[in-house]
Amino acid sequence: MNIMSEAAVEKALDQKMNTVPYKMIGKDVSVYYGEKRALFDVNLNIRENTVTALIGPSGCGKSTFLRTLNRMNDTIENCRVTGKITLDTDDIYDPTIDVVELRARVGMVFQKPNPFPKSIYDNVSYGPRIHGLARTKADFDEIVETSLQKAGLWNEVKDRLQEPGTGLSGGQQQRLCIARAVAVSPEVILMDEPCSALDPIATAKVEELIHELRTNFTIVIVTHSMQQAARVSQRTAMFHLGNLVEENDTDKMFTNPDDQRTQDYIMGRFG
Amino acid sequence: MSTSLLLLFIVVIGFIAYFAGRARSLALSGGKLSNLHSLPGYHGSYVAIWAMLPAALVLGAWLITAPVYIDGSTRATLPDTVQSQGPAAVQLALGQVKSVAGGLLRLSGEELAALESGAANLRATLASKGVALAGEGEPYMIAAAKHFNAMTATNLWLKSAVVLLIAIVGGIYAIRNVAARFRARNQVERVILGSLIVASSIAILTTVGIVASMLSEAGRFFTMVSPFEFFFGTVWDPRFAAAGSGGASGQFGLIPLLAGTLYIAFVAMLFAVPIGLFAAIYMAEYASPRLRSTAKPLLEVLAGIPTIVYGFFALVTVGPFLRDISAQLNGLVTGDYQNFIQAQSVLTAGIVMGIMLIPFVSSLSDDIITQVPRALRDGSLGLGATRSETVKKVILPAALPGIVGALLLTASRAVGETMIVVLAAGVAARMQINPFEPMTTVTVKIVNQLTGDLEFTSPQTLVAFALGITLFVITLGLNIYALYIVRKYREQYE
Repeated sequence: MNIMSEAAVEKALDQKMNTVPYKMIGKDVSVYYGEKRALFDVNLNIRENTVTALIGPSGCGKSTFLRTLNRMNDTIENCRVTGKITLDTDDIYDPTIDVVELRARVGMVFQKPNPFPKSIYDNVSYGPRIHGLARTKADFDEIVETSLQKAGLWNEVKDRLQEPGTGLSGGQQQRLCIARAVAVSPEVILMDEPCSALDPIATAKVEELIHELRTNFTIVIVTHSMQQAARVSQRTAMFHLGNLVEENDTDKMFTNPDDQRTQDYIMGRFG
Repeated sequence: MSTSLLLLFIVVIGFIAYFAGRARSLALSGGKLSNLHSLPGYHGSYVAIWAMLPAALVLGAWLITAPVYIDGSTRATLPDTVQSQGPAAVQLALGQVKSVAGGLLRLSGEELAALESGAANLRATLASKGVALAGEGEPYMIAAAKHFNAMTATNLWLKSAVVLLIAIVGGIYAIRNVAARFRARNQVERVILGSLIVASSIAILTTVGIVASMLSEAGRFFTMVSPFEFFFGTVWDPRFAAAGSGGASGQFGLIPLLAGTLYIAFVAMLFAVPIGLFAAIYMAEYASPRLRSTAKPLLEVLAGIPTIVYGFFALVTVGPFLRDISAQLNGLVTGDYQNFIQAQSVLTAGIVMGIMLIPFVSSLSDDIITQVPRALRDGSLGLGATRSETVKKVILPAALPGIVGALLLTASRAVGETMIVVLAAGVAARMQINPFEPMTTVTVKIVNQLTGDLEFTSPQTLVAFALGITLFVITLGLNIYALYIVRKYREQYE
């Protein structure tokens, strides 16, 4: 009965989704790599404290869109972004915006776990240190502990914080990367296929974690796995050939999509 | 038949063998290449290898052993009066016999007869044919020379006959082996493996040989000067030794040279490491691909400049500039326009050597920095770090083992550098800490001790080998330490 009621709560939450305010608003977003256009006038809004899944076949532009949200595309040569993206009320492509500050507000977790070649402690305290979020050793200790706890890693690593982060297993490394992102207290966390390099057990842990993080953060996740999108997200956006095909409540997307292409993709007819 | 002509014949036989082997395998294939285990080219190569390789090996062995055998045989014909005078006299006589033998070939029949009957003077006759003899020449030399000539002639045709025979027999043997299922491809692979092994062992054995020869000469030096005096002596004053005077009259203290070497290398690294490292970071992390593709080769041109040119640069430009600017500075401060930097000084040599080392540091470090995975960069930038924070806190620590290795390799280059210090550091072997004064290095003293007319029996020249082996041990130690550090850090980060 307990499980049933939990599911019911979840459903009620999802139905209220349309009333949840927008955290980020993307308007007519286009991305060019040199001459090649990778995104075509995408209008996609990200709702607060919601997990939004971006799905679509390879090369459809979902990762490109994700990377526009914290301007990681700036690090790629010849990449140009047009359109407007706002975080709360700030236009993040405004020239007066400090991109470093933006990335502290919009954190990112990558496809492959990429812990720094430092200790677990230093990995987590890296962000707070460069942003000056703490002064004393005790403050840092607290940030490290709460971040690792939020990432569900604390119990596994609390006795070996000084060991290198690269010595952890793949799933632990990815949760360390999530803890590292959480430690700077971002408002939005972007995840680019965070489970594609992990085994099913590690994947299940990370998915559970994403679920929990939703209460404190707004999450955008790119995934190739339909099941994962269905499991972790409340909203789903489907991309195809650089266009946004459809964006809807996840339940609706997977049961009764508006667009034929979404239907075909979800049924595994292409992609 | 001369050796080069013989080699040409072997190659021609090899060519024929190749096409014969190829044709035979094609004929055996019955028009379908898939019937063959190996492609026809492999069968051809297999036959050609059998035709050429044994013949060439025998030729090589023959060329080495035949002269030894002929010399031995000729030496045996020398009369007892010569034999009894010891090896040096025999060797001298043998040399003369060979000269005579060369001369005899130019004489006509009558002249030869006159010589044998004793009617003509050997030296005068040969001199008229353009062959100068060191001594008057003895009668027995004519007989020995004729023996030598006869053996040489036999050797020549026997060598050609045997080698060509082996080439042909080898080719025929191999061609009979060719069959549809014959594994020529595997055989050729084995020959290629063998030749690769030979090439690498030649490289390694050469190193071993160089070290062995240095060690033996250094050993001779240490029989004249005690190792303690050499390694711990603080005075370098080898004196001048006249040829044959022998006797260790000078003082051979290594310490002042070693101090100069390390000091100058240190000053050089002081200039090269920051500049080279910063240049590498700029190239790897900040420069646009277009700038990088032009600037990096330009920087590497610096590494291609011969070090003697750097030496000129130090001698003509940097040294005088430092001397003059120091005089001006001194004048401005104290009113006394006396230079406090010598034209030849530790500083001059260090700066110029540092310039030479910049491209080594930057190029090696640049390669190492660009090898740091992009994922680490993205991870740091994604957390809101700036580029320089990313470089300082993530990329450099990750690249550190490689960079330390690169710096140690550069340091071993600095220690072994010769031409710049010969021209810029001076020759005064002394111990002091003022970088504005000249000092000298191990390499400079090796050059000094080995320049001019030499006799490799006195400690004054043999000390060069002891210095060389010391230098070798230092650079070897640096390289091993570099590898050790690289391995240690790699374990830590993987």
